[in-house]
Amino acid sequence: MNDARLNPKLYDSEVEQVPTRDGYGDGVVALGEKNPNVVVLTGDLAESTRANKFQEKFPDRFIECGVAEQNMMGIAAGMALSGKIPFVSSYAVFVPGRCWDQLRVSVCYSKANVKVAGAHAGISVGPDGATHQALEDVASVRALPNLVVLVPCDVIESKKVTIAAGEHKGPAYFRFTREKTPVITTDETPFKIGKAEVFKEGSDVTIVACGPLVYQSLVAAKELEKEGISAEVINNHTIKPIDKLTLASSAKKTGAVITVEEHQINGGLGGAVAEVLVENYPVPMERVGMPDTFGESGKPEELLEKYGMSVKKIKEAVKGVLKRKN
Amino acid sequence: MKVGEPKEHIEHAHLEVLEKTANTIRQDIIKMLLEAGSGHSAGPLGMADVFTALYFAVLNHNPKDPGWSERDKVFLSNGHITPVWYATLANAGYFSREEAVGTLRKLNTRMQGHPHVGTTPGVENTGGPLGQGLSQAVGATLATKMDGKKNWTYCLMSDGEHDEGQIWEAIMFAGKNKLFQLTGIIDRNNIQIDGMTEDIMPLEPLKDKYEAFGWHVLEVDGHNIQRIIEACQEAKAIYEKPVIIIAHTIPGKGVDFMEFEYSWHGKPPRPDEAKKALAELRTLKGKIVSEHE
Repeated sequence: MNDARLNPKLYDSEVEQVPTRDGYGDGVVALGEKNPNVVVLTGDLAESTRANKFQEKFPDRFIECGVAEQNMMGIAAGMALSGKIPFVSSYAVFVPGRCWDQLRVSVCYSKANVKVAGAHAGISVGPDGATHQALEDVASVRALPNLVVLVPCDVIESKKVTIAAGEHKGPAYFRFTREKTPVITTDETPFKIGKAEVFKEGSDVTIVACGPLVYQSLVAAKELEKEGISAEVINNHTIKPIDKLTLASSAKKTGAVITVEEHQINGGLGGAVAEVLVENYPVPMERVGMPDTFGESGKPEELLEKYGMSVKKIKEAVKGVLKRKN
Repeated sequence: MKVGEPKEHIEHAHLEVLEKTANTIRQDIIKMLLEAGSGHSAGPLGMADVFTALYFAVLNHNPKDPGWSERDKVFLSNGHITPVWYATLANAGYFSREEAVGTLRKLNTRMQGHPHVGTTPGVENTGGPLGQGLSQAVGATLATKMDGKKNWTYCLMSDGEHDEGQIWEAIMFAGKNKLFQLTGIIDRNNIQIDGMTEDIMPLEPLKDKYEAFGWHVLEVDGHNIQRIIEACQEAKAIYEKPVIIIAHTIPGKGVDFMEFEYSWHGKPPRPDEAKKALAELRTLKGKIVSEHE
């Protein structure tokens, strides 16, 4: 074990499961209690983004924008330029999907202190189908200067991400998922923007993951142990600014890396890690994620299985990369 | 004259000063576009009178303290006409006219090709990609309202950018929330890059559309400084609704060969054209004043 202080019941079959979006609702309420400048905006999605928790507590600081995400992003920018700390709450397919230009010009270029919360991210949105499965959001915002990009792994980290983003001075984007996912961390698990955390130490291969698939990565690592493979698991919650030191050090130690994310394999965590390793410590690498295709309707677990983001696929990727290791 | 408190009424002598200021701003625009070698001519010239009215008679602001918390704010949505903003801010004392005229669009300048908040003193928003300014102005007005403050937010827009859906989203939002501390001003010059607005994408009946969205609408001659100031004052008396002032302007106003020519939307004058334009503007000094006598 290490000092990650994870949920002691993490590997129980009955591990507690909570949607990560719940952490957003709790996070904005906690921030709102401390800072009267915190305001929350939504585009007709108060309940499902959990922005309604803030709405109930601070109705005067809650702004309903209707189904108009471009305007919502611009309003947030204008409020931020006037000293407010706006949280823009919608689905990740709409923010940034529907208002990337407003995020670029009105928010990022202006360094407006706006926080963008993309809910219902990933393929695990499930039955709604491909239109509502945000699998390109991280890639599309990662190129924007001045923006911090965060992907929390569970409900507890979601709350930490929300609070840390609120206290960070400058624009931030973070994504949440709809479905219940295992509680991986505890209140004591370290969290700092820009600092990747080693959740399990290992010596043969490094699994760099973000979001709820950190759980599948940890389970895969535990199962691989029985086969004599020692896998290190890193929770890389901050996609930008990425923690080069932790990633390169782990690559140096293990000599092989795979990435795991609920996002297109191009341009997301996999792309970001590849950029770091190529420049700092190149080792054989494989990416687990959405294989450059759109999703479809189905149950979350069926979709993760079909599109290759399951424990089984993670183990296969590990074995594949180990074959290429010198 | 003192920059600060809005005037109760515009005395004739005062008006003359304002008209001369507008003329100076037009000359600075021509000079800076010539120096820059690129940029937009028609829009900035057309809005010189509106900018003069705002910064020299309407706004409560302090050029020596651009971040003053009680200031009225101006958001420029159609950022491509920013030469008129820079020329006005320079003449109001935010920075030197030499800097405005000599460094527009050059490397390391504070006079960026399109406005950027944080770079230029007095510039409140980042703009250029059309349709984004009104939303930001709405956000600023909302913050003002939440804080119980009395300052005003002005948003200057082009007519052409009303093609953008985002503008109508913002109009709807401001109407719903009765943001009376917001005054929009439209540069209704009827041109956009590819031609006349009513050919590219008809906007009329623009007044009816705004009214249907819950705004109070005023229409003015955008070159009559007195009327512009009066409209801004009238807007302050409307408590129930945001106000839009449709300012009918002549693109390229003040320079004969640029007026009404949409081909002057996006290009600067050549040296010979600039010389001719400046000569016209200088002789116009008397002409404009006489129009209102």
